Amino acid sequence: MGSTNSTLLKIPNVEVLMQETGFSPAHIIRLHDRFKALDKEGRGHLCPHDFGAIKELAMNPIGDRIIGAFFSPGKETVDFHTFVKILAHFRPVDKDRPKEPNSPEPINSRSNKLKFAFQLYDQDKDGKISRDELLQVLRAMLGMQVTDEQLESIADRTIQEADLDRDDTISFEEFRKSLEKINIDHKMSIRFLR
Amino acid sequence: MEGAWEIAFVFFQVWLSIVVGLIMLPAMFGVSLGFTDIYIKVLVKTLEWATLRIQRGQKEQAALPSQSANGIIEKDDGSMQEEIGELRRSHPKNLAGGDFTLCDAFYFCKKGIENIVEDQVTQRFTSEELASWNLLTRTNNNFCYISLRLTIIWGLGVFIRYCILLPLRITLAVIGLSWLVIGTILVGLLPSSNVKNWLSDLVHITCYRICARGLSATIRYHNKENRPKKGGICVANHTSPIDIVILANDGCYAMVGQVHGGLMGVLQRSIVRSCPHVWFERSEMKDRHAVAKRLKDHIADKTKLPILIFPEGTCINNTSVMMFKKGSFEIGGTIYPVAIKYDPQFGDAFWNSAKYNMVSYLLRMMTSWAIVCNVWYLPPMTRQDGEDAVQFANRVKSAIAHQGGLVDLSWDGGLKREKVKESLKEEQQKMYSSMIIGSDFNEASLSLLLSVSSPDDPSAPVKGSGGL
Repeated sequence: MGSTNSTLLKIPNVEVLMQETGFSPAHIIRLHDRFKALDKEGRGHLCPHDFGAIKELAMNPIGDRIIGAFFSPGKETVDFHTFVKILAHFRPVDKDRPKEPNSPEPINSRSNKLKFAFQLYDQDKDGKISRDELLQVLRAMLGMQVTDEQLESIADRTIQEADLDRDDTISFEEFRKSLEKINIDHKMSIRFLR
Repeated sequence: MEGAWEIAFVFFQVWLSIVVGLIMLPAMFGVSLGFTDIYIKVLVKTLEWATLRIQRGQKEQAALPSQSANGIIEKDDGSMQEEIGELRRSHPKNLAGGDFTLCDAFYFCKKGIENIVEDQVTQRFTSEELASWNLLTRTNNNFCYISLRLTIIWGLGVFIRYCILLPLRITLAVIGLSWLVIGTILVGLLPSSNVKNWLSDLVHITCYRICARGLSATIRYHNKENRPKKGGICVANHTSPIDIVILANDGCYAMVGQVHGGLMGVLQRSIVRSCPHVWFERSEMKDRHAVAKRLKDHIADKTKLPILIFPEGTCINNTSVMMFKKGSFEIGGTIYPVAIKYDPQFGDAFWNSAKYNMVSYLLRMMTSWAIVCNVWYLPPMTRQDGEDAVQFANRVKSAIAHQGGLVDLSWDGGLKREKVKESLKEEQQKMYSSMIIGSDFNEASLSLLLSVSSPDDPSAPVKGSGGL
């Protein structure tokens, strides 16, 4: 429908946004509609409460962590730019992109997708997944269905397998190595229909 | 000045006689003069022309492809087990089905992000998007100036809708409702008899027909042989308060609902005089047994009209059917399902109660082109042996969804206002833990039995996990 230009013009710095994230104009408009739909009070930014209103997300065991990923530490609101940039992590990898030597890594590169997932585990952002952090995630995903002992044994096993330098934590490199055979592009990408 | 008043008076008389002669009298006898049909035909032709113009305009501007209402992202439909299984297949340790791996979180993460971009529930509480513009400003989301002719037609449309149709419709609605109140009060004065029932039916149907004309409603009824009979319960999907008018045009029902104040209260109190409806006080609604008992008593009496119930409990946007509350299905009796599907091209009938109050909603209805809908009467259903109320409700829901071409969802419409219950999250956790712990348990107990354990065996019981 015709008004691509008028909607795009309403979004500030949209050209920069498209270039940084790689979304097409159609996708940006779609995401803008979604942003407006979630922003029920029309304030121009989202807060954790707005995400919490999405029913299927409230049902997700790690829903709170996913919501937390949108808010940088200390900030309580998300504007449209940040919203799109975070979602850009989930764009399918551009296979045919020419490798420009000095350009920054695209947001949806394999490495950045892994970093996003790592961040879900590493809540204090110290670059390592400690045993406690692992226990917290496991508790979130398994709820009251398992005992503390079972949880501890799972955590121990996981660290044992992935922790190569034996410091009892999983660093990002160890995380990446343990998942190198996984098809990250497929499992951490969302395909837009148009 | 005097002259002006006289002219105005003459106009008013002419207007009134047109309304009475051409609309109300035919409505009373159920006769259609065909004006609405002609109107709809003209409308359809105009909208088709408008669509072609827009598409031609689009090609010239090389603009975006149209947005369909069917979803914007591709979703993997696999179950949790399948998806996590796939994730693990490429894991180096090749753990067959059990145990936790770091990549399991990817599944939940992806699902979560998918839901942030698009979710099944929120989209049901906003109006359906149209594939092409229907010349109403309110549906003009992404359309811009295409051509002068289109803009002129649109302007003409605005004039017709607001200056000609709106006053006419308001007049009809006012007449319809006031006749309903007066008529039912008068009928209520008669002693109970067959004549009274017949008159009550006549008054109800006539006034609802007038109200339907007041919305320029074109209703097509299918399978009239399945129409609800006395002593039964009529169940339908809910899109707006207008559903009642739509259904009552073709039959008489006993309404069920809460007692309201104001204009609604006046209506409720008057229509209950001529034939029994079931109105509950707010305090009674909390007591499920009292509610069920009153409804049971009503349907046990075979002379009373069939009850009309909307089990979803709230208005949904007519693209899907949400969870049916089981209360109406526990009463017993025969259920007569009815599917109602509105054609969004002519006017959006969905009442978004969060956005519009009743009055602005009715004004929107009266300034749309028309309300066009299809009503299907489905064959009666009863609860089968071994089927509980919830299963029965789901069976009826599927039948209605299938007939109306709506998506069958099991989400509770009440989620519009409430938070998700913790139990839904627990279900997800249960499913996931059965994948992890289920096989863990088997591996560990097996190794205990066989007394096989080596230092590197991942299934050897770890210190402190004696609880397995």
